[in-house]
Amino acid sequence: MSESWFIEELERRGVSRRDFLGFCGVMTSVLALPRSAGAQIAEAIETKEKPTLVWLEFQDCAGNTESFLRASRPTVADIVLDTISVDYHETIMAAAGHQAEAALAGVVEGKPGAYIAVVEGSIPTGENGAYCTIGGRSAQDIAREVCGGAAATIAIGTCAAFGGLPAAAPNPTGALSVADAVPGVKNLINLPACPANVENLVGVIVYYLTFNRFPKADRYKRPLFAYGKSIHDNCERRAHFDAGQYVEKWGDEGHRTGYCLYKMGCKGPVSYQNCPNIRWNEGTNWPIGCGHPCIGCAEPDFWDKMTPFYSHLPSFPGFGLHANVDRVGVWATAGVAAAFAAHGFVQLGKRWMYAKADESAAAKGAKAATEKKGEES
Amino acid sequence: MTHVVVDPVTRIEGHLRIEAEVDGGAVQDAWSSSTMFRGIEAILKGRDPRDAWAFTQRICGVCTTVHAITSIRAVENAIGAEPPPNARLLRNLIMASQMVQDHVVHFYHLHALDWVDIVSALSADPAATAGLAQSISDWPLSSVSYFTGVRNRVQQFVERGQLGPFGNAYWGHSAYRLPPEANLMAVAHYLEALDWQRDFIRIHAVLGGKNPHLQSFLVGGMATPLDPDKQASINMTSIAFMQGLIRKAKTFVEKVYIPDLLAVASFYKDWAGYGKGVGNYLVYGEYPEADGANAPLFLPSGVIRNGDLSTVEPLDPAKITEYVTHSWYDYEAGDGEGIHPSLGETSPNYTGPQPPYDRLDIEGKYSWLKAPRYDGLPMEVGPLSRMLVAYGSGHPRVQELVGYALGQLGVGAEALFSTLGRVAARGLETLVLAEKLEDWLMELADNMGRGELEIADNSKWDPSNWPEECTGAGFHEAPRGALGHWVHIKKGEIARYQCVVPSTWNAGPRDAMGQAGPYEAAIIGNPVADPEQPLEILRTVHSFDPCMACGVHVLDPKGRELVKVRVQ
Repeated sequence: MSESWFIEELERRGVSRRDFLGFCGVMTSVLALPRSAGAQIAEAIETKEKPTLVWLEFQDCAGNTESFLRASRPTVADIVLDTISVDYHETIMAAAGHQAEAALAGVVEGKPGAYIAVVEGSIPTGENGAYCTIGGRSAQDIAREVCGGAAATIAIGTCAAFGGLPAAAPNPTGALSVADAVPGVKNLINLPACPANVENLVGVIVYYLTFNRFPKADRYKRPLFAYGKSIHDNCERRAHFDAGQYVEKWGDEGHRTGYCLYKMGCKGPVSYQNCPNIRWNEGTNWPIGCGHPCIGCAEPDFWDKMTPFYSHLPSFPGFGLHANVDRVGVWATAGVAAAFAAHGFVQLGKRWMYAKADESAAAKGAKAATEKKGEES
Repeated sequence: MTHVVVDPVTRIEGHLRIEAEVDGGAVQDAWSSSTMFRGIEAILKGRDPRDAWAFTQRICGVCTTVHAITSIRAVENAIGAEPPPNARLLRNLIMASQMVQDHVVHFYHLHALDWVDIVSALSADPAATAGLAQSISDWPLSSVSYFTGVRNRVQQFVERGQLGPFGNAYWGHSAYRLPPEANLMAVAHYLEALDWQRDFIRIHAVLGGKNPHLQSFLVGGMATPLDPDKQASINMTSIAFMQGLIRKAKTFVEKVYIPDLLAVASFYKDWAGYGKGVGNYLVYGEYPEADGANAPLFLPSGVIRNGDLSTVEPLDPAKITEYVTHSWYDYEAGDGEGIHPSLGETSPNYTGPQPPYDRLDIEGKYSWLKAPRYDGLPMEVGPLSRMLVAYGSGHPRVQELVGYALGQLGVGAEALFSTLGRVAARGLETLVLAEKLEDWLMELADNMGRGELEIADNSKWDPSNWPEECTGAGFHEAPRGALGHWVHIKKGEIARYQCVVPSTWNAGPRDAMGQAGPYEAAIIGNPVADPEQPLEILRTVHSFDPCMACGVHVLDPKGRELVKVRVQ
């Protein structure tokens, strides 16, 4: 009943087959795939048995779960999610207690190597795992078993991807990312951000189901289609940065006009994500669009490296351009090599960010980083 | 005596474990335990107080605005910043729309499946379902063909054999009592509400850039510029967009949520006799209607003891203490003491069983939650408390709606103190706020029309304008109840941060005097037809809308190492 069921279901919901193929075309462009992949995606979604997905929550706030519930491109994205069998997800599942645990065990034991695991939240290692237990088992114990047996694991949100808030200094509970808590986990992709944008989750799932592998990723295992460019490079306020037009005070003329938020602490120049392109909540808006600086929430250790949030970037220790922000503005206003100055600044910022991140990654025993990131801009 | 363990309690935020002794078909005793801990307040120490809202916001992604609001209020209180009227209105809009969206999601997606049997919906007659739906509401999606489509969709889903999140549940349990038609109607609205919540919450994208985790909060105001003549500000296009969302939300609450609530409740009136809990209610109050410290609140503050609606006491935050007798923490002065949050002292001391474990040590410490008390008494917080305090304080619209609901169900006021009363109060509160939202939006538009565009008190933005040392408290009514943050700032940095949150009040363990917390007290006496399928326990626990990630926090005031962190 696979193919006809799906088409009937689409039509019942007022979605024609043509609309559906159109959606698959959109997904191919979001994912930067060749056009022929559109048909491939459509075929994958229509004909395969619903793949099984289990969603684990550990030291989390359920923000990524809420993001998941906001799946935009409403009708069709809803179907794409419907097309996956979510056999375990504490926040939405009907079963509780040992019946819920039996559902998880049923997947792990019944479909070894044939399910997708999604992990939300970091994994505490302090106090022998007692900082997060479910059904009396520690988060790490559960993650090792479930991710260990999964065909692929998606670490959604910055906590699962990089440790996030619980791992911020002084990391009271010994919180780790999935990669660090489950060493050697295969087919892991990170979808950081606080929370992750559901459009990117849908993109990754569709990509995986279509090609049976994850999209190309950067050194932090973030898919390039979503994290390949800086916020700054795609920002709608970039022209104001280049022109040296900055917000100086909350609510001033520049703030109301939509000037650059750089001096108010914007971390867009050192942050990689597609927020400016896909925006949030069905494309309604995004943080810079509503007048607040980017806080760099998809970067490793952003709670420590991007704070204080309202200090502009050159005040970061070790940045090397300290006190030069106003001069960048003056140069730009004078029309002197504005693009060059901005570009150089971005490069420096990135170099610093990634140098710091590498130190941290090395300290955690993560794999040696490649230089792929430097090629992006 | 059967020892029942429900872990994980699902359809909640966070990690909750319930243990209960069941005998003779009823719960004889119960213990509520939170099994996750992050230590966010310890992480805040030494940081810029202006950043604290973003950190505390991540305590919870479901009630994604509440800690951010409370945090900026606490810091503003400490440093003396005075947010302008527009910031108050923007915040009221954000807070109340959060409440409306969250309550609808709770009813349909987190709570409904305790009352609604999806499998039974398959045998419903679509024509009879349409008749039922049309008899309780003029909501347009009530035709025979509509319900036929929903039933067929569920049928096809079930026939495919992969039940996903609906697998392994308690379908067919004897405690499910709705006829198939009511079940089908509820399933249809479960799906509609899923679309509705996604659509309505776009109001947060306008006001906060995105949801979850809005990003427009500022100490001293809001970061959302207002200007009717600018493209990059909240302008009249934004106002019209929000007005449309608010009106749609109000219609949905009036024509779907409230009729469904009353229809479902009419089949479960006996649940007005279960789940009373501690019978004491505490409310900080919310939605300032003017500026300054003593502004009148749309929903009033107050305390009710022993269900006495004739006496609403004024609230005195100095009477709040927290106990750790049965919590995995130690107090220097001994575990029998209660300590005020402004002096909050928390040293984790995990004495529970090593995972994996089967049972908690319920005689000793058994939760990561502390046990807050008011004047030594356990207090319930949340929608029921707010509606009772508003009712007892003479709030005209609340009195009218409570009277209407009781009349529709044919029950007396005593029915309010129950599992069912809690569910009903949440619905009535949603309606009261959905009706109110447009007033605040129009007030904001009026200000913009008069050229009043101020959004923040910039005079206190620079920490050099702060006192060398200061303390402050911020209070808020979150969807799940009374929330307070206490902050101590020294030389521009956070020296101490403490939160006392709704789920700590409601889900906390016993105290030094042995008094049970509200969840524990409310579960005791619940019927349990089948200890293997404790559906009835879930009903009462879910009626509080647990939000466990909020409940757990720690700050070590001496700044010593909290735990030995083992890095692998």
